[in-house]
Amino acid sequence: MTELPLIGEAVAVAANPRLAGAKIGVVTFPGTLDDRDAARAVSLAGATPVALWHADTTLSDVDAVVIPGGFSYGDYLRAGAIARFAPLMSEIIKAANSDAKLPVLGICNGFQILTESHLLPGSMIKNDHLKFMCRDQVLRVENNSTAWTGDYAAGQEITVPLKNQDGQYIADEKTLDALEAEGRVVFRYVGFNPNGSRRDIAGISNAAGNVVGLMPHPEHAVEPGFGPASLDGVGGSDTDGLGFFTSVLNKIVGGAK
Amino acid sequence: MSTSAETVSRKFNIDTVENAAKTPDTELPWAELGLKQNEFDEVVKVLGRRPTGAELAMYSVMWSEHCSYKSSKNHLRQFGEKVTDEMKKDMLVGIGENAGVTNLGDGWAVTFKIESHNSPSFVEPYQGAATGIGGIVRDIISMGARPVAVMDPLRFGAIDHPDTARVMHGAVAGIGGYGNSLGLPNIGGEMVFDSVYQGNPLVNALAVGVMRHEDIRLANASGKGNKVVLFGARTGGDGIGGASVLASESFDDTKPSKRPAVQVGDPFAEKVLIECCLELFKGSLVEGIQDLGAAGISCATSELASNGDGGMEVELTSVLLRDPTLTPGEILMSESQERMMAVVTPENIAAFEAVMDKWAVEYSWLGEVTDTGRLIITWEGEVIVDVDPRTVAHDGPVYDRPYARPEWQDAVQADSFSGSVQDAGRPSAPAELAAAVAELIASPNMCSKDWITNQYDRYVGGNTALAFPDDAGVVRVDEETGLGVALATDANGRYTYLDPYHGAQLALAEAYRNVATSGAVPMAVSDCLNFGSPEDPDVMWQLAEAIRGLSDACMELGIPVTGGNVSLYNQTGTTPIHPSPVVAVLGKLDDVARRTPSGWREDGQAIYLLGTTAAELDGSEWSNMRGHLGGLPPKVDLAAERALGEILINASRDGMVDSAHDLSEGGLAAALVESSLRYGVGARIALQDVMDRDGVDLFTALFSETQGRAVVGVPRSEEVRFTDMCTARGFAHTRIGVVDAASGKLEINGVDALSLDSLREAHEATLPKYFG
Repeated sequence: MTELPLIGEAVAVAANPRLAGAKIGVVTFPGTLDDRDAARAVSLAGATPVALWHADTTLSDVDAVVIPGGFSYGDYLRAGAIARFAPLMSEIIKAANSDAKLPVLGICNGFQILTESHLLPGSMIKNDHLKFMCRDQVLRVENNSTAWTGDYAAGQEITVPLKNQDGQYIADEKTLDALEAEGRVVFRYVGFNPNGSRRDIAGISNAAGNVVGLMPHPEHAVEPGFGPASLDGVGGSDTDGLGFFTSVLNKIVGGAK
Repeated sequence: MSTSAETVSRKFNIDTVENAAKTPDTELPWAELGLKQNEFDEVVKVLGRRPTGAELAMYSVMWSEHCSYKSSKNHLRQFGEKVTDEMKKDMLVGIGENAGVTNLGDGWAVTFKIESHNSPSFVEPYQGAATGIGGIVRDIISMGARPVAVMDPLRFGAIDHPDTARVMHGAVAGIGGYGNSLGLPNIGGEMVFDSVYQGNPLVNALAVGVMRHEDIRLANASGKGNKVVLFGARTGGDGIGGASVLASESFDDTKPSKRPAVQVGDPFAEKVLIECCLELFKGSLVEGIQDLGAAGISCATSELASNGDGGMEVELTSVLLRDPTLTPGEILMSESQERMMAVVTPENIAAFEAVMDKWAVEYSWLGEVTDTGRLIITWEGEVIVDVDPRTVAHDGPVYDRPYARPEWQDAVQADSFSGSVQDAGRPSAPAELAAAVAELIASPNMCSKDWITNQYDRYVGGNTALAFPDDAGVVRVDEETGLGVALATDANGRYTYLDPYHGAQLALAEAYRNVATSGAVPMAVSDCLNFGSPEDPDVMWQLAEAIRGLSDACMELGIPVTGGNVSLYNQTGTTPIHPSPVVAVLGKLDDVARRTPSGWREDGQAIYLLGTTAAELDGSEWSNMRGHLGGLPPKVDLAAERALGEILINASRDGMVDSAHDLSEGGLAAALVESSLRYGVGARIALQDVMDRDGVDLFTALFSETQGRAVVGVPRSEEVRFTDMCTARGFAHTRIGVVDAASGKLEINGVDALSLDSLREAHEATLPKYFG
C-alpha cells in the first residue's frame, strides 16, 4: 500500500556537497511572483540560490540563472517588454551569448522576457480562449540535450502546473520549421493545447542549448505534497519539475551524476 | 508642480475654517453626500459651527453606514462581550484594528479578514471584484503581515439570467487579474446562484497573512514630531464617495449611473507596495501604518490620529495627484487604490526614502504628529479642517434601528418541503435515485467550480497544501516545521432566511467543520454580514438575530470573532437578498503534512459515515432544485460539531484517516460523488445500517442535510483504532462501504450504478454551458 505522500518528508535529491557549491541566480523584477518558488527549487535540487535584483549590474558569479514567472512591471505593455531593458538583462544576454554559455532558464514571464531579449525566437500572445488558465499540464520532453533537460529521458512525459494569461507561442512558419529541424523545440503540450500555441510548443531553446524558455512552471513541481499529484491528484508524482534544476547542476559540476 | 496661477485660483475657492465661522448660513450639500438631517445637525453641534466643505466630506464618508457601522454597532458589541478565557488565549489583537491577529505558536502569528465589495462589483464587476482583493490585502499588510493566500465567496443571480454572465465574467476575471498578479494563491471560496442576488451580487474577499510576533503593527499615530507620509499610487478622482454613495444605498433604476464611484485597480502597484511595506517592517522603519480604503485620506488621517496619543497636522496640497483639478474635499474622499499612510520617526526618514526609491514607489511627506489632540488639515497653509479625530473616526452616530420578527416568518416556517406540491414524485426506484444524484451534482450550486478556480493561481508561493474543491484551503507557514493554517468560508442564505439565528450558526458550524475536516484545529472567526436595508424592521431583525446566533455559537465552539465587516442595503427596491452571513474560520495544523484531502484513493479502504441522519430537507439543495423554500433549517448541535471536530483532528494527527469530507449542501449524495471524483476513484456503498439505525429511507439518507456529519476513508490497518476512538467518544459511526479503485463507478445499494466518467461530465459541464 502506498501512503499518501507526507509533505516535505522526502526530498528527491540527497544532499551533496559537490552540488551545494553551485550557485544559481534567481532574478527579481518589480512584479515578479515566483522568485521564492524558484529559489526553493534550486535548494531542493541541492544548489545554493542567489537572489539577483533587476537593477544589479553584475551576475555575482552565479553558475546559472533562472528568470522566474510573474507580471514584471504589471505586463501592461507586451509581457516582458519593459523587463528586457533592465541593467541585469544586459549582463544575462552577454553571458548567455559568451563562450562560457551561461545556462539561463526562463519560466512563464521569464520566457516572455527571453523572447523580448531576442535570446529566443518568437513571442507570446494572449491565450486563444482569452482567459487566465491554471491547470496541471502534461509535457513531452522533445530534447534532453539542453542544459536544463539532461536528467530527463528523450520523449519522457512530465506533469507540471501551467498558469498564465499570455501563453500562446507564435512565430512565423520559417522560424517554426527551423526550430523543429534543429531540435530546438524542447517541450510540447501533450493531450491538450492549453493556449493555442503553434505546433503545441511549450518550450524552446537557443541553438547552443544553454538558454531554455517555457510557459509551464517546473518550479511548482519540486516538492512532495505540493505538486500536481497531491494538490489535484494528477500525474505520477509531485516532483516532475525537479529535473530542470538537477539537470543544470549536473551540467555545471560536470559529467558524473 | 502647480503653477502659481492655478494655486491662486484653487485657493480662491477654498472654504477655510475661518470662512466657515464667518458664514454660518452657507448652504452645504450634505444630503447629496449621504448625510441625514439629524447627522448634519450633530456635525454642527460637535464643531460648534458649520463644517467646511472639507470637513463635511470627511464626516459624510466616515459617518456612512459602510465606515461607521451605525446600524449594526449596537448588535456587533456581542462579539466583544461574549468572550470566554478559552477564546482569549490565542488572541493577540482583537476586533477594531484592520484585522485581528491570532497566535500560531513558535513565534508565528496569523491575521485574516473577510470583507464585502458587493455594490462596486455589480456596477463594474471587473474593477469592483479586483479592488475588493486589493483592499483586503492592504488590511493584512497594515498589520505587519506578509499576505499568503486569498479566497472569494461569491453569490450571483440565477445562472440562466442574462445579467449573471456579465457579473460572473467580470468578477471572476477581476479576482484572477488582480489576485494572480499579486502572487497570492487563491485557495477556496464559494459559488452560489440564486435569483435573490440578481441585482445585488455578493462579492466577498478574504485574505490571510502571517508574521513573526515582533512584526505586528497597529494603526496609530503617536510620538510628537513623527512624520506622516503617504505612499504608493497617486490620488485620483476614482471612487469618490464610494463608501457613502454606493455602500449605503440600495440600487434603483431611476437614478443616474454611479460608475465613476467605483475605483480602478493597479495590481502591479499593489504587488510592489506589498514588498516595499514588508521591507519597511523588516527594518522597523514605521511606527504606525494604515491602508487607504473606504473613505481614503479621511479615514487614514482620522483613524491614525484618534488611535494615537496626540493629534496630527497635514498639508493637503502635498498629496501627489493624478488629477490636479481635484478639490480638497475630493482629495479627502478619493478611494484611489494602492495607497498607504505611515508614521515615521525623523531618524528613519532617510532609510524610509531609500526603501521607496528601491521599489520606485512615490511618496510625499504630508505633515506630523502633534500633541494638540486635534486633526488639522491645511491647504496652502490655511486651515480647512480642525476637528477632534475621534468625532470623525469613532464617535459617529449609532442607531437603535427598530426591528421585529417579520409577519411572514411563521407562514414560511410552517411550509415544510415534505408533503409539499414540489415534493410530489420523490425518487425511490434505483433508476430514479441515480438520476436524482446526477441531477444534484450538475445543479448550479453543486456543480464543479473548475471554470472559476482554473482562472485563479493556486500554486504560487509553493506552500499550498490543499485548495478548492477540498473542504478547506491549507497553506504552509513555516517550511522548517510544516506549521500551517487552514481556512474555509461558508454561508447558507436559504437556511438563514428560514431562521436567521440558527442559519448564522449553521454557517459557522459548517466552516468550523470544514476546517476540522482538513485536520486543522479551529482557532478564529471572521465574518462578512451581507444583509438588506437596516431601515426595514424585517431585515434589521434578521441582522440582529444572525449576530446573536453567531456570537452565541462562537462562545459554545470556543473561537472568537477577530474581525470582519457588515454590508447593508443589499436590496433592489423593497426586496432584500436572503440574509447572508458569510463566516470564515481559520484553523491551525502543526504539520501540514497531516492535512486530510476530501477524496479517497486507496483501493480497499473502509468508508465510514460519522454522525446520524434525520429527515431534514427543508432549505436543502434538493428542495431548491424543486423550487421550494420553507420550513425549518437543519438542527444546530454545536456539541456534536465539537465532538466531530475532535475526532477528525485526532484522526488526522494520528494518521487514522486518508480522506475526509464534510456533509453539507447536497447531503451524503453530494459528498460521496465529490469524494469519488476528487481523485477519480470509485466506491461501493451500502446504507442499510444507517437507514435502520436512524429510521430514514434511502432518499433521505442521500439528500438530507443533517449537520454534524462527515464521510472518511480509513486504511484497513487503522480501522480498529479509529472505531475505538469514535466509540470511546460516543460518536455515531457506521461503515458504509469500501473504496473500489478498479470499478470506475460509484455503486450505492438501491441506486443504479453511476460511472465516474458520466458523473464527472455532468458535474463539469454546467458552468461552461452557461459561461462559455
